[in-house]
Amino acid sequence: MTHRGSRVLHVGSLSRVEGEGALHLSVHDGTVTRAQLRIYEPPRFFEAFLRGRSYAEPPDITARVCGICPVAYQLSACAAIENACGITVDPALRVLRRLLYCGEWIESQTLHIYLLHAPDFLGCDSAIELARTARGHVERGLRLKQAGNAILELLGGRAIHPVNVRIGGFHRVPTVAELRPLAGQLERALDDAWQTVEWVSGFEFPDAEVDADLFALAEPETYAIETGTPAVLRADSDTPNLFPLHTFLDRVREEHLPHSTALHATLDGRRHLTGSLARFAISGRWLSRTAVRAARAAGLGDPRAGVFSRNPYRSILVRAVEVVYAVDEALRIIRAYERPRRPYTEVPATAGTGHGATEAPRGLLYHRYVLDAEGTVTDARLVPPTAQNQGAIEDDLRRTAQRAITQSDIEDEELTRLCERAIRNHDPCISCSTHFLDLTVDRT
Amino acid sequence: MGAPTLAVFKLASCDGCQLTLLDCEDELLGLAGQMEITHFLEASSAVRPGPYDLTLVEGSVTTPADAERIREIRAASRHLVTIGACATAGGIQALRNFADVEEFTRTVYARPDYIDTLATSTPVSAHVDVDFELRGCPVDRRQLLEVITAYLAGRRPDIPDNSVCFECKRRGTVCVTVAHGTPCLGPVTHAGCGAICPAYGRGCYGCFGPSGSVNLPALIPVLHRDGMDDRDTERFLHTFNTAAFEEESRR
Repeated sequence: MTHRGSRVLHVGSLSRVEGEGALHLSVHDGTVTRAQLRIYEPPRFFEAFLRGRSYAEPPDITARVCGICPVAYQLSACAAIENACGITVDPALRVLRRLLYCGEWIESQTLHIYLLHAPDFLGCDSAIELARTARGHVERGLRLKQAGNAILELLGGRAIHPVNVRIGGFHRVPTVAELRPLAGQLERALDDAWQTVEWVSGFEFPDAEVDADLFALAEPETYAIETGTPAVLRADSDTPNLFPLHTFLDRVREEHLPHSTALHATLDGRRHLTGSLARFAISGRWLSRTAVRAARAAGLGDPRAGVFSRNPYRSILVRAVEVVYAVDEALRIIRAYERPRRPYTEVPATAGTGHGATEAPRGLLYHRYVLDAEGTVTDARLVPPTAQNQGAIEDDLRRTAQRAITQSDIEDEELTRLCERAIRNHDPCISCSTHFLDLTVDRT
Repeated sequence: MGAPTLAVFKLASCDGCQLTLLDCEDELLGLAGQMEITHFLEASSAVRPGPYDLTLVEGSVTTPADAERIREIRAASRHLVTIGACATAGGIQALRNFADVEEFTRTVYARPDYIDTLATSTPVSAHVDVDFELRGCPVDRRQLLEVITAYLAGRRPDIPDNSVCFECKRRGTVCVTVAHGTPCLGPVTHAGCGAICPAYGRGCYGCFGPSGSVNLPALIPVLHRDGMDDRDTERFLHTFNTAAFEEESRR
């Protein structure tokens, strides 16, 4: 069916995203008047479950918000609770946390690149279909993902919901002899990550630009992953503005809209985007030499000169560069590893409020806990990246659909495919906040 | 006759158990050669209607819509297997079964009137017949492969229902309770993970739910001896398989 002034289009569920959800598009006289990313999360009440729990428990409990990025939840929870208790963790343990997080980045970003996103660029329904014609590429992706999982399994005990993270550090830290064998697997993974950059840089990227403010953690001299200060790069500026983490909830406001069980967030009342594009814009200048070369090879320019991209289709390139970085960083940490004297820093219970934020593969994840003197959680707030990105994703959808309708007599099926792509560009983790997503377009 | 068809569905959950299937990096493409994946939203945009030969379901039933959806999924499935603590025991979501859900809703959501939820989180088996239940939060990759392989071979999955203690012994891990007085749910928890927690120096926290033969009352004094008060013990048992352990404690 081709372009008409009025029509209703209904498609089942959005695929190749983490979690399930829906999209609603309203078109009046050729103008998109509404583009909603609908998140039908069966409410999961984590913030309520956390109340009354011991301060030792949020790392294990909040991991269960998301099987795709459990480490992000565990380490944001640890950071917030340690902050509430006024403790700084031993630097040797902080490095191991970064290594664990690199494992999650490699696994999760590779999952997104190969299994969820690349099929969009290659006209396939899945990586499994892709494997019929390009098995070597898919095998490389699976091998790379496996290298990320190997870090998670060794350091965390298992890849999904690792058991070895605790406030103050780890239950057990590996010996040098246990950690070293990972280096061989990661050296091969570095080749695979490079080949991934080369592979995805050959894709075709439609022109597009997000005009949202970019929002990520900044940790001068390093590419912020497990720690940092919130930094905003406004759409009309070249310099990020930093603000203290404890003011996060004054700046990032969540609003509850009727069409979605995920809360909608704005930053200083404006639309903002977290995730790979934002991180690359804010921290790109601190990428390792290897990752800078990868960025140039990917056609992203020189991040050290402050060059970055606002094209959401090119986010797959940034993810590929981030995988190179995470593998390179993991190798650096493993080669320099000396076993810390103690597996964790003691964190005695203290009454207080603590804030923690880390860079989940799909964007900034903030936690805040209020503890009483016994260390019981009396209040908890979790702000996942997808809830923050929802406004920017919807804006992107609206513009994508509008452009398509204005430029051509686009058929329903093609428009649906385009909208799904626009959503996947942002790698939404709907399970962090959501569930059922189906596409409805009414045209009146 | 074509290859058997595989469907993967999710209800209220974290996606971790279906991710376990995608984490079978060495086996995924081989498996895709033996089964035709006809519904797996996380992995593929190609979706075909049922009937499905083998359906894996992750997540618990927490909304009226999902209570209806699971009946439709059952009707479209020849063989239905639930994967993970949410689908087999209500998961962490079952904490609401012992709480005031309206109060929860007011706490988490600014506009509770937009929220449609059931007062309980129940396993799939509370709504429809289930052919096999695989435990774990998340499920174990090797066990998941065993379930699928057993289905393909037309036999019962070989999933022993003894406790985590057996796995500790097999792994050669020194008992954390005996050696260090660390509270551990290993004696009452279903095996399957490979006894990871004790190997990492902590007590088992029960993410696979109760094992086949559990004497929960016998464990409570040991937990008390190792420094847990009643409240700690209650929380220890009431986390990822809260409803299943609650049922055990009433026996």
